[in-house]
Amino acid sequence: MNSLTGKTVFAGIAIGRIKLHKKETGVVRRYKISDIPTELKRLETALDKTDGELEALYNKALSEVGESGADIFDVHRMMLKDQDYLDSINNIISGEKVNAEFAVAVTADNFAKMFSSMEDEYFKARAADIKDISERLISVLKGGAGADEASSEPVILAAEDLSPSETVQLDKSKILAFVTKYGSSNSHTAILARTMNIPALIGVDFDEEQTDGAQAIVDGIKGKLIIDPDGETLEKYKKLKQEEEEKARLLLEMKGKETVTKSGRKIRLYSNIGGTGDLPAVLENDAEGIGLFRSEFLYLEKDNYPTEEEQFDVYKTVVQAMAGKLVIIRTLDIGADKQIGYFDLEKEDNPAMGYRAIRICLDRPEIFKTQLRALYRASAYGNIGIMFPMIISVDEVKKIKEIAESVRAGLKADGISIGSVELGVMIETPAAVMISDDLAKEVDFFSIGTNDLTQYTLAIDRQNRRLDNIYDPHHPAILKMIKTVVDNAHKHDTWVGICGELGADLSLTETFVKMGIDELSVSPNFILPLRKTIINMQ
Amino acid sequence: MVSFEFTVQDPNGLHARPAGLLIKEAMKCKSKVTLKKGEKTADAKRLFNVMAMGIKGGEIITAEVEGETETKDAETLKAFIEDNI
Repeated sequence: MNSLTGKTVFAGIAIGRIKLHKKETGVVRRYKISDIPTELKRLETALDKTDGELEALYNKALSEVGESGADIFDVHRMMLKDQDYLDSINNIISGEKVNAEFAVAVTADNFAKMFSSMEDEYFKARAADIKDISERLISVLKGGAGADEASSEPVILAAEDLSPSETVQLDKSKILAFVTKYGSSNSHTAILARTMNIPALIGVDFDEEQTDGAQAIVDGIKGKLIIDPDGETLEKYKKLKQEEEEKARLLLEMKGKETVTKSGRKIRLYSNIGGTGDLPAVLENDAEGIGLFRSEFLYLEKDNYPTEEEQFDVYKTVVQAMAGKLVIIRTLDIGADKQIGYFDLEKEDNPAMGYRAIRICLDRPEIFKTQLRALYRASAYGNIGIMFPMIISVDEVKKIKEIAESVRAGLKADGISIGSVELGVMIETPAAVMISDDLAKEVDFFSIGTNDLTQYTLAIDRQNRRLDNIYDPHHPAILKMIKTVVDNAHKHDTWVGICGELGADLSLTETFVKMGIDELSVSPNFILPLRKTIINMQ
Repeated sequence: MVSFEFTVQDPNGLHARPAGLLIKEAMKCKSKVTLKKGEKTADAKRLFNVMAMGIKGGEIITAEVEGETETKDAETLKAFIEDNI
């Protein structure tokens, strides 16, 4: 067994034999010609034929992957007709009195170099487009037909690199996955692989000899190519593949559907995220908003307090990616258990109940205000909710609102545009549950953090393994508390969500919906299973 | 000569596809169309020429339109760019 790593372009699992894709050997001979007009005419005929081929590829791609995937061939046709490109080829033929194939090859090299020397990764990747059209043109000039991959059973296709036209020409029913040595995630091949939903890895340094014909697994989730897997590994992946297929089926079935029970109650199904890296999964799983964006990572990955600008950039990215859907950001929630050097937090015997979260923010308002300014500024780009953690009193909420209002007014006075912002609090202490009636008068929404609420209510340290056997997340005390919070909130038109682990517990979904919960916020991969459960509920 | 400025909206910049769209539209104009970004200039009817400028998302580009129908061409182009680029 041999495991290699690569970069995932499209996730998924494939199991099968590897077939090595060999490019036509691109050796272009250079020879002198005497009759320039005939050579130019030959070039012209070849250009027409190449253009016809590209048009056919465009149509093939259009029917298989749609317009966004097919567009590239339209651009290729324009490149082929580009005046500078043609001038260069014509000049080399006429000036050096050489054959058209050679003139095309030299021109392709020069143009490709121009792009590979550019800084921007996206433009760099365009060098491949030039090589692709030029190789096709040369092959037409040589009178060769495009190579066709013919194999009886579906295979994992391994190649040095694949051009867009090679990719689209492949018979998709015969391809389980792509693995290439080179290529970038911006290449059109990568884009096509994504559109075609085929697992694909790039940058895998495989050995040709060892690879061709070998049994292998492509793990697009972890970015691994496993050659000659042992029995145990194979079994593991077969199971994983089944799960993935089940997930894909669910995706197809549930994506784009409204999360509403049979009796017509609508539940907002939001996602928890820890950073911008989670956004693709959020979008892919069709979350209806973000119910908990843990802003801690902004602080954890730095050696100093993140600036307003740094924070603003991140919030803006998330808000824009969600395109008008609600994004709830939780303000800084750290304590002595998550040590951040520059915060200078003293070591505590009981950090879970210590100097943490909103307590730090109210004690050091300059940190709090920086975050709030960044949040309010980002609100101009979409729909934002700000949520405050570890609340135990109405007084705290009043202080928070005062600070938030002064930040908002300050920005307004500076002429900075601000959108509408919902304010909410986490309900994660027994105190907050008991006074939820009063808290509801102060805020737009509640989000119940069941993990901490359970720990504080049952007086069980979550980290203490010896207590695992009595730690019961379904404890009636917790369920009664949730019910109390929902009832109190609704009295004051405050909506309630759950953002703790309990929110993703399918055995409780019906209970929560019946209690009147308005929103559930869970990890992206729980969104669709939850939607299915809710849709099938009375 | 008529000129106008525009900002490239596509975050990936004026790469192959949007550049292609722009060139197609410029080809329809009788006027000569030149794009300028700082020192760099490109003939808007030539794809590689435009792509070689490496225009990134958010950059401000000046378009200069010159010819008998420049006023009309500039208007058409400007409207097209605002909708598509």
